[in-house]
Amino acid sequence: MDLSYGPEYEAFRQDVRKFIETNRESAPRGEAMKSDRVQSWQKLLIEKGYTARTIPQEYGGHGGEPDIIKARIIGEEFAHSQTPGGLGGQGISMLVPTLLELGTEEQKKRFIPPTLAGEMVWCQGYSEPNAGSDLASLRTSAVLDGDEWVVNGSKIWTSTAHLADWIFCLVRTEPEAPKHQGISFLLFQMDTPGIEIRPLVDMTMARNFNEVFFSDVRVPKDQIVGKRGEGWFVANAILGHERDSLGDPNATLTRLNRLIELARQETMDGQRLIDNPVFRDRMMKIQARVMSLRFNDQRVLSSRINNTDARLARMISKLQGTELRHDLEGLAIDIMGEIGLMYGRSDYLTDNGSWQQQYMYFLGLIIGGGTSQIQKNIISERGLGMPKEPKFEQKAEA
Amino acid sequence: MEFGLSEQQTALQDNVNRFLQEKAPLERVRQYSEEQQERAADIWDGLVELGLPALLIPERYGGIELAALDAAAVCECLGRHVTPSPFLSTAVLAPTAILLAGSEEQQNQYLPEIAAGNTTFGAALSEATGARRDAGVVATDSKLNGKALFVIDIHSDNYLVADTDNRLHIIPSDANGLTINTLPQIDRTRPIGEIIFNNTPATALVADDQGSALRSVIDIGRIMIAADTLGASQEMLDQSVQYAMERRQFNRVIASFQAVKHMCAEMAAEIEPSRALLWYAAHTIDEDPEESHLNACHAKAHLSEVGSFVGKTATIVHGGMGFTDLLGLHYWFKRIGYNRQILGGPESIREEAARAQGLC
Repeated sequence: MDLSYGPEYEAFRQDVRKFIETNRESAPRGEAMKSDRVQSWQKLLIEKGYTARTIPQEYGGHGGEPDIIKARIIGEEFAHSQTPGGLGGQGISMLVPTLLELGTEEQKKRFIPPTLAGEMVWCQGYSEPNAGSDLASLRTSAVLDGDEWVVNGSKIWTSTAHLADWIFCLVRTEPEAPKHQGISFLLFQMDTPGIEIRPLVDMTMARNFNEVFFSDVRVPKDQIVGKRGEGWFVANAILGHERDSLGDPNATLTRLNRLIELARQETMDGQRLIDNPVFRDRMMKIQARVMSLRFNDQRVLSSRINNTDARLARMISKLQGTELRHDLEGLAIDIMGEIGLMYGRSDYLTDNGSWQQQYMYFLGLIIGGGTSQIQKNIISERGLGMPKEPKFEQKAEA
Repeated sequence: MEFGLSEQQTALQDNVNRFLQEKAPLERVRQYSEEQQERAADIWDGLVELGLPALLIPERYGGIELAALDAAAVCECLGRHVTPSPFLSTAVLAPTAILLAGSEEQQNQYLPEIAAGNTTFGAALSEATGARRDAGVVATDSKLNGKALFVIDIHSDNYLVADTDNRLHIIPSDANGLTINTLPQIDRTRPIGEIIFNNTPATALVADDQGSALRSVIDIGRIMIAADTLGASQEMLDQSVQYAMERRQFNRVIASFQAVKHMCAEMAAEIEPSRALLWYAAHTIDEDPEESHLNACHAKAHLSEVGSFVGKTATIVHGGMGFTDLLGLHYWFKRIGYNRQILGGPESIREEAARAQGLC
């Protein structure tokens, strides 16, 4: 057991800290996605190598060597100081790595630099009303007509579709092929004629998700990543990235510490809730789970550094991370009791209602990004070597 | 950075596992339990040959001077094989107490003997983690009086005894004024008992009025018990997966039903993070002592919960067979049940964890 990153990395940590201290005044404070402040902060972070660290300079990145520990230190220091780090979003976290791996040179040059700079915002068109966990059964079609694809169908759960300039979209181009081999990966602009966006209000009452409808949307033929029919493999080249990042245990630790504060503040019949042994016991149970997942995360990190694979430890992190976070936020609601019901503008609201919001939001994350049930399939099949469900013969559709 | 067991620690586990697989399989454990043997001398001799009692003892006393994490790695193996052995008290609790609170003379007297495998220890610590009924040992004028309940590894040559003032004593099992009774209990792989003291002459370890040595002994003991549960839980999961891959119903192996797969996935999802918690807790004993009490509490309490979940779920995966003595899965279930209560149940330990952070 060796938990230190070594002196070289401690020096790096100090550099990051110093940078944050010196520059945090210019960090964004909730400005809109494409504001000057957001974009100039992003530019500064890329220059320093605190975001887009390993992406080549010719595509607008920092051009640094991959270093898992440095990436981790950057994440820790920005999170710890509550300073906004580099831009995220599905364009940067999913499309850019996909293009780097499978895009043409022209696509890389055209799309990666403006995406990294925060000038080109993307949404992801994967899920459909009838293709959720069984994503490969998606039916949105694209038919080649001269030099253009003609797209028809609809997508759902499309985050930030209303703010996005472009969409990366899975469509069925080979209807006769087996379901995993008939999909292609298209890129197109969201202001193309024939696209309709309808907001899908979620249970937190946020308008983040959308339904997106395509009627005869015409897309230039070369805006395809990979070959025709390879879209499933293009999409899966990086799907793992998303799962790993949901339910981050370090963020959960921050919430736990806040939860303990909350239990010190809130009272019932004049007694602080932290002095109530039942609530204290629930908090300690949650604390042990938070610690377990943090150490599990360190174990996964250390296995990546040492080029081994802590397979099960890695596979359980989305399942356990999101379930734990939902439970933790729910405990805060119980600590507040009726106050935990307040939502919207109320004088009784604690922490701006973040507990209520996150309690519901994380219920969404238990479902999104591969449901807990799908995670359990993955753990049992790939982790424990148990067989897949037997497939039923597909009945001809009426 | 290396978060996990080192190559040497993995090799140590391989050695212990190999020995236990060959020399102490379930049939041997079953014989020990059914015949209510006091000691499984063949198993203990083998563990001594592997050097295990010497693990935590400094080289100057003939030991190997390894760390708590190494001992935890061994306990994981013992739990995996439901091994009857006085390892916990002899190789961990007694040496820890003697090293922290023993005089030079006491260290010279006991540690080389323990390291060489010439003597064994039991541990009467239950009252220090919550006295039940009328239990309690009072020390006055170098004499002990009262009753110690649920003494760990009761069939031993010596006992480490905590009195009501949180001081530690070493009592040979043939001391005067000692009545020793075995208590029949659910986990028949680990004999526990009661000791009644009647003006028993006591060799107290060097004065330790604050009880800090006792607290350290309990912390490391809890980590070892948690490690035992980890090993037992992992074995129950492995057996569940194996059984589900063989057992056929509705013309298919039951491992192909999601209802069964998800139970196994849930067990794995609970076990894996608790492994990291346990490793870290054991690591703090030697490397970050200020953190060790809190981490020991959480490791013990959390693994108790994980163990109960796995014990129940794994038994259910085995269906009716899981309930039989024939299959023997209950040996692990009971091992986990014992570990949950010994040296403090999860509720009271969580309260200690809260206290350690100033929350109550």
